[in-house]
Amino acid sequence: MKKWRWVLGAGALLAAGAAVGEVKDMPGGPRVDQLNLHEGVTAIAQDIAWIHWMMLIICAIIFVCVFGVMFYSIIYHRKSRGAVPAKFHEHLGVEIAWTVVPFLIVIGMALPATRTVVAMKDTSSADLTVKVTGYQWKWGYEYVDGPAQGVKFLSNLATPHAQIIGKEPKGEFYLMEVDKPLVVPVDRKVRIVLTSNDVIHSWMVPDFGVKQDAIPGFLRDTWFRAEKTGTYRGQCAELCGKDHAFMPIVVKVVSQDDYGKWAEEQKNAAAASADDPTKEYTKEELVARGEKVFASHCVACHQANGKGIPGTFPALDGDQKYVLAPMKDQILTELNGHPGTAMPAFRDQLNDVELAAVITYTRNAWGNAGKGKDPVVQPSDVTALR
Amino acid sequence: MSAGHSAQGNAAPYYYVPDHSVHPVRASFCLLLTLLGAALWINSYQVGFYSFVLGILGLITVLFGWFGDAIRESEGGMNNQRVDHSYRWSMAWFIFSEVMFFGAFFGSLWYAREVTTPWLSNLDHQTLLWPNFTGTWPNLGPAGVVPAFETVGPFWLPTINTALLLTSGLTLTISHHALRASHRGKAIFWLALTVLLGFSFVACQAYEYHHAYTELNLRFDSGIYGSLFFMLTGFHGFHVILGATFLTVILVRLIRGHFTADHHFGFEGAAWYWHFVDVVWLGLYLFVYWF
Amino acid sequence: MSSVTADHIPASEGHVDHHDHKPHGWRRWLFATNHKDIGTMYLIFSFCMLLEGGVLALLIRSELFHPGLQFFQPELFNQFTTMHGLIMIFGAIMPAFVGFANWMIPLQIGASDMAFARMNNFSFWLLPIGAILFTTSFFVPGGAQAAGWTMYAPLSLQMGPGMDFTIFAVHILGASSIMGAINIIVTILNLRAPGMTLMKMPLFCWTWLITAYLLIGVMPVLAAAVTMLLTDRHFGTDFFNAAAGGDPILYQHVFWFFGHPEVYIMILPAFGIISQVVPAFARKTLFGYASMVYATAAIAILSFLVWAHHMFATGMPVTGQLYFMYATMLISIPTGVKVFNWVATMWRGSMTFETPMLFAIGFIFVFVIGGFTGLILAVAPIDIAVHDTYYVIAHFHYVMVAGSLFGMFAGAYYWLPKWTGRMYDEKLGKIHFWSSMISFNVAFFPMHFLGLAGMPRRYADYAAQFTTFNEVATIGAFWFGISQLVFLYLAIKAWRGHGEPAAAKAWEGATGLEWSVPSPAPFHTFVDPPTVK
Ligand code: HEA
Ligand code: HEA
Ligand code: CUA
Ligand SMILES: [Cu+2]
Repeated sequence: MKKWRWVLGAGALLAAGAAVGEVKDMPGGPRVDQLNLHEGVTAIAQDIAWIHWMMLIICAIIFVCVFGVMFYSIIYHRKSRGAVPAKFHEHLGVEIAWTVVPFLIVIGMALPATRTVVAMKDTSSADLTVKVTGYQWKWGYEYVDGPAQGVKFLSNLATPHAQIIGKEPKGEFYLMEVDKPLVVPVDRKVRIVLTSNDVIHSWMVPDFGVKQDAIPGFLRDTWFRAEKTGTYRGQCAELCGKDHAFMPIVVKVVSQDDYGKWAEEQKNAAAASADDPTKEYTKEELVARGEKVFASHCVACHQANGKGIPGTFPALDGDQKYVLAPMKDQILTELNGHPGTAMPAFRDQLNDVELAAVITYTRNAWGNAGKGKDPVVQPSDVTALR
Repeated sequence: MSAGHSAQGNAAPYYYVPDHSVHPVRASFCLLLTLLGAALWINSYQVGFYSFVLGILGLITVLFGWFGDAIRESEGGMNNQRVDHSYRWSMAWFIFSEVMFFGAFFGSLWYAREVTTPWLSNLDHQTLLWPNFTGTWPNLGPAGVVPAFETVGPFWLPTINTALLLTSGLTLTISHHALRASHRGKAIFWLALTVLLGFSFVACQAYEYHHAYTELNLRFDSGIYGSLFFMLTGFHGFHVILGATFLTVILVRLIRGHFTADHHFGFEGAAWYWHFVDVVWLGLYLFVYWF
Repeated sequence: MSSVTADHIPASEGHVDHHDHKPHGWRRWLFATNHKDIGTMYLIFSFCMLLEGGVLALLIRSELFHPGLQFFQPELFNQFTTMHGLIMIFGAIMPAFVGFANWMIPLQIGASDMAFARMNNFSFWLLPIGAILFTTSFFVPGGAQAAGWTMYAPLSLQMGPGMDFTIFAVHILGASSIMGAINIIVTILNLRAPGMTLMKMPLFCWTWLITAYLLIGVMPVLAAAVTMLLTDRHFGTDFFNAAAGGDPILYQHVFWFFGHPEVYIMILPAFGIISQVVPAFARKTLFGYASMVYATAAIAILSFLVWAHHMFATGMPVTGQLYFMYATMLISIPTGVKVFNWVATMWRGSMTFETPMLFAIGFIFVFVIGGFTGLILAVAPIDIAVHDTYYVIAHFHYVMVAGSLFGMFAGAYYWLPKWTGRMYDEKLGKIHFWSSMISFNVAFFPMHFLGLAGMPRRYADYAAQFTTFNEVATIGAFWFGISQLVFLYLAIKAWRGHGEPAAAKAWEGATGLEWSVPSPAPFHTFVDPPTVK
C-alpha cells in the first residue's frame, strides 16, 4: 500500500517537472532525455558508439542466459514445489567451460577496441594544431599554425548568472554557451595540445569522441576530424574547483573558406586593439578597463562586491595586506599567483595594460577609493616588475 | 574471562585472551589530540601545537603501560606456543605493510626519473612549454624555480653508513645465537653493540642532513629530487630510530633477565624489524645515492 | 533468554552460563576485548556513518533535482560530494565488513576470540577519530575539502585546512584497517579449530583472508600518497608540481594503485557472505568451492595490475592504454566464475526465499549489471567517452550499493538471529528488500543515460536537457533512503530482544560452526576449541 502511494507521488512530480520546462534538444549538445552516446561527427565517435552497442548486446545476451537459468531454478527448484536438493557440488567440465568461454568472449570484445585505441592515439600529421589551456574556470585557445597562427583568446561561460540562480528563465543553451568559441575547419585533422595553468581540467566534446585531461606543466594531445559543419558543445570533465560546472567548451566547425575569413578577421582585430604598455593612462581609463578585466578573471572568487568568500577566497574590499598597501606586492601577486592557493599567476594571461588596469580598479572600487597608497598603477609599473 | 584464567594459575590457557583493557581507547584519545592538534598547528593555529604535544606525551605514556602489560603476560607464562606464533605472523605482515609503504616512495622515485623527467623534456614540451629543459637526473625542474643544489654521492658517509648497518645486522645475529645458547652475558654485549651501531648511524645521518642543508643547498624543497631524497631517507631514518629504540627496550629486558633460550619473540621481532630497516637502506644506497 | 534448543550442540562446555564474567556498563564497550562486542560496535558505527553519508547523498540529490543552483553554492556542493564518497567508503562499507569479520570469523573457525583482542579494540576506537576529523572539517574555515574522494593534486593542494583533516583521517583509518587486517590474517591462519583445514573453511573466511592481504598491501600506499600531499601542502616539497620536476599524474598512479584493489576490498567480503547465504537457502552444498577460492585469489592478484583504467583520459601512451584495458577485462573471468557457481548452487536446489536469500539474489542480479558496466568502462575508447560522467557514478553505485551494501544486508539478516537471539520480523524484512531493490534502480538506473548523454560528475548544475532523469534519480534516492529506516527499526527491535526467539541453528539449511552455539551466541564461545571432522 505504502509503496504505491510513493509511485503515485513520483508520477505526479514527474508530470510537474515535465510541465515546467519546455526544454528542446540542444543542437550540438545533449538531446532531451537522451538515452545513448551522441551519434558523433567524427569517425572515432562513430566507432565508439559502435563498440558500445556491440558490448551492450553481448552483455545483454550473457545477462539473459545467466539469469534465465537462475530464474528457471528459482521458479522450478523451490521448496514449496517439493524440490529435493541434488547432491552434486562440482563438475570439472563446466567449470573449465565457463572459464574458457568468457575468456574468448573478452578477446572478441578487445579486438575492435584495440583498433580504435590505436587510431585515437595517433595524433601525427595533423592539418592544424591548437594549443588549449585550462584555467580556473575558462579555456584559453591559441592557434599554433595554419592561417590563424598566433590568434589567441579566452573562452568564458556566456550564461548569465541570473539564469543560474533562477532569477531569469534558462536559455536554450543553458550552461553550454561561451563568449568566444573555438573555430576550426571541417574535414581537417585538428590536433589539440592541452595544458593547464592551475589544476587538472578535462576537455570533452562528446560529438567528437574526445576527452583529454589538461595537466598543469605538461602537454597532452588528442585529435579530431569533424565531418560536418556546425556547433558542438562539451564541458569540463575533471573536478577543478568550485566552478567546474561552469567552463563549457564550444567548437564551431566551419567550411574551409569561412575558416580563412575568420582567421583574417581575428588577426586584424588583434592588430587594431593592441595595447601600448608604455603609454600613460588616466585613472578613469584604467578603472573602466579594469572593471572588465575583473569581471572576466577575478569575479569568480573575489566576487563582484569584492568581499570574496570568507575562509576560501580573501576579500579585496578593505584588504590592507595587498590592495591598500604599496603596489609592489599586489603586482607581484598578480604576476606570479599565490602558490598553494587558488590564486593563479596571471603573467601569461594578461598583458601589462590589463594588469595595471585591474589593479587600479581594485584600488578604487567598493570602499577602497581614496584609502590606500598608490591608487593608480601604470602599465610601466607592471613591466618593471615582470 | 579473567576468572577462567586466574583459576588455572600459571598454566597457560589454550589461547590467552587478555581481559578488558583501558589502553586502546586511551591511545585513541591521545591520537585524536595529536592529529587534531597537528592539523591545526600546520595551519598556524597555536592551540594545535599544545594539543599535539599533549597527545604525543599521552601516547608515549599509554604505550608504556600497554607494552608493560604485554611483557608481564609474556613473562607470566600466558603466552604459549600458539600465541607466540600469532606474534610472529603479525610481525611478519606488519613488516610487509611497511615494505609497501616504502615501495610507494621507491615507485615514485622510479616514476619521477624514468617517466616524468623524459616526458617533461620531450620535443613537444620543448617547443611549447619548457624550452630549456634538458631532462637530466637530478634536475632543478623545468621552470627554474628551484635554487641549484649538489647531491650527496655514495662516498663516503653513505658507504660508512652502509657498513654500520650491515655490521649491526651481524652483531645482532651473534647476539641472537648467544641467547639461543643461553649465554646471556654475551647476548647482552652484542646487542648493546648493535644498539650503539644503530645510533651511530642516526648520528651520521643527522650530520649528513646538516651538511646537505648548509653546504650542498639540498633541501626538502629542492624540487622533485630534494623531495624524494628527504622523504625516503627521512622515513628510513625515522624507522632506524624506532628500530633502535625497540632494540634498546629489548636490551633492558635482557639485562633484567627476561627471555629464555626458546621463548624470546620480543627479541626476534625487534631483530626482524632491524633487518628490514637494513634492507631498505640497501635500496636507498643503491637507488638514491649510487645510481 | 534461554534459547538453547534441542538442536543445540554445546561445543564450549561450562561457559554458556557464565554471563556474569563480562564487564558491565560503559566499560564493557570502551575497554572491550571481546570480539562480539567489538564486532557490534563496528556494525553500529558503520551504520551511523551510512546515515551520515546518506544524508550527504540526499543533499546532493536535492540540489540536482532541478537545473540551476537551488540550495547550495557549488563549493559546498563539492564538499558534500567529496565527504559523501569518503564517509561511505572509509566510514560505512569498510568498517561494516570488519564488523562482520569480528563477529563471524572466530565463530566460523572455532576460535575463542580474535588473535589480538586488545589491538582489535584499538582498531575500532581509531574509527571515531577518523569520523570526528571528517565531520568537524565541515566547520573549519573554508569547510571540508572539496577535491573529490580521490583528492587529485594539484586541486587538493589548493584546499584549506579541511584537507589536512581528511589527510590525517585517512592516515588513522588506514592504520585501523592494517591492524584489523593483520588481526584477521593471524586469527585465520593460527586459531582454526583442530581439523578445520584451510580448504574446509567457510567462504566468508576465505574472502576475508584475501581481503586482508589486499588491505595490508594497499593501505600503506594510500598513506604514502596522502603524506606526499601533506608535505606538498605544508613543507615545500614538489612531488606533484611539474614546474619543479614533479608530476600531478604521479599522484594518480599512487592513489589508484591503492584505489583499485580498494574496490575489491569492498566487494570480496560481500562475495563471501553471498557464498554462505545461497547454499543455506538452496539447501545444497556450494557449487565449486575450490574454484570459488581460486577465483577470489585471482581477482585479488589481478586487482594490483589494472589501476590505470581510472586514468585513460590522462593521456598515457597507447601501449599503456592497451595493457590496462586488456588486464582489466580479464577480471571479469574470475568474477564470472563466481556468478556461475552461485547460479549452479541454486540449480536443482530446494529453495526458500527468506530476506537474506532475497538480498543475495538481488545482489547477484544487480551486481552483474554493475559488473557489465565496469567491463564496458574497461574498454578504453568507451571510457574516453564516459569517463567522469554519471555513467561511472551509475557503475560504482551498482557495485557498491547494490553490491557491497546489499551483500551486507544479506549477511545481517542471515546472522541477526545469531547476534541477537531473535528472529527479525520477516514481513518487514521483505518490505525492506523490495522497497530497496526497486528504489535503488529508480535512483541509479537513469544515471547510465545521463552519463552516456554526457553529463559530467561532480557538477552542481547541469544543462536543462538532463532534467527528467535527474528528477527520477532524486526521487529514487529519497525513497531508497527512507527504505533503510525499515532496517534500522527492525534491527533495533531484534537487538532489544523483541521477536520470536531464534534456535541455535536458525535456518534449516545453514551449515557451519557458528550454528552449533546457542543464539544469541554467548559471551564466550569455543574457549576450548571444537574438533572438526
Ligand atoms: C565494489 C566496488 C567495485 C567493483 C566490484 C568494481 C568492478 C569493476 N570495475 Fe569499477 N569502479 C568502482 C568500484 C567497483 N568496480 C568505483 C568506486 C569506481 C570509480 C572511482 C572514482 O572515480 O571515483 C570505479 C570505476 C571503474 C572504472 C573507471 C571509470 C572511469 O572513471 O572512467 C573502470 C574502468 O575500467 C572500472 C571497471 C571495473 C571492472 C571491469 C570491474 C569488474 O570487477 C567487474 C566484473 C564483473 C562482471 C563482468 C560481471 C559478472 C561476470 C559474468 C556474468 C561473466 C561473463 C561476462 C563476460 C565474459 C563479459 N571501474
Ligand atoms: C559504498 C559507497 C557508497 C554508497 C553506499 C553510496 C550511496 C549513495 N550515493 Fe554515492 N558515491 C560514492 C559512494 C557511495 N554512495 C562515491 C565513492 C562517490 C564519488 C565521490 C566523488 O566524486 O568524490 C559517490 C558519488 C555520488 C553521487 C555523485 C555526486 C557528484 O558527482 O557530484 C551521487 C549523486 O546522485 C550519489 C548518490 C548516492 C545516493 C543517493 C546513495 C544512497 O544509496 C544513500 C542511501 C542512504 C541514505 C539516504 C541514508 C539512510 C536514511 C536516512 C538517514 C533517513 C533519512 C532519509 C530521508 C529523510 C529520506 N553518490
Ligand atoms: Cu575545469 Cu572542471
Ligand atoms: Cu578500478
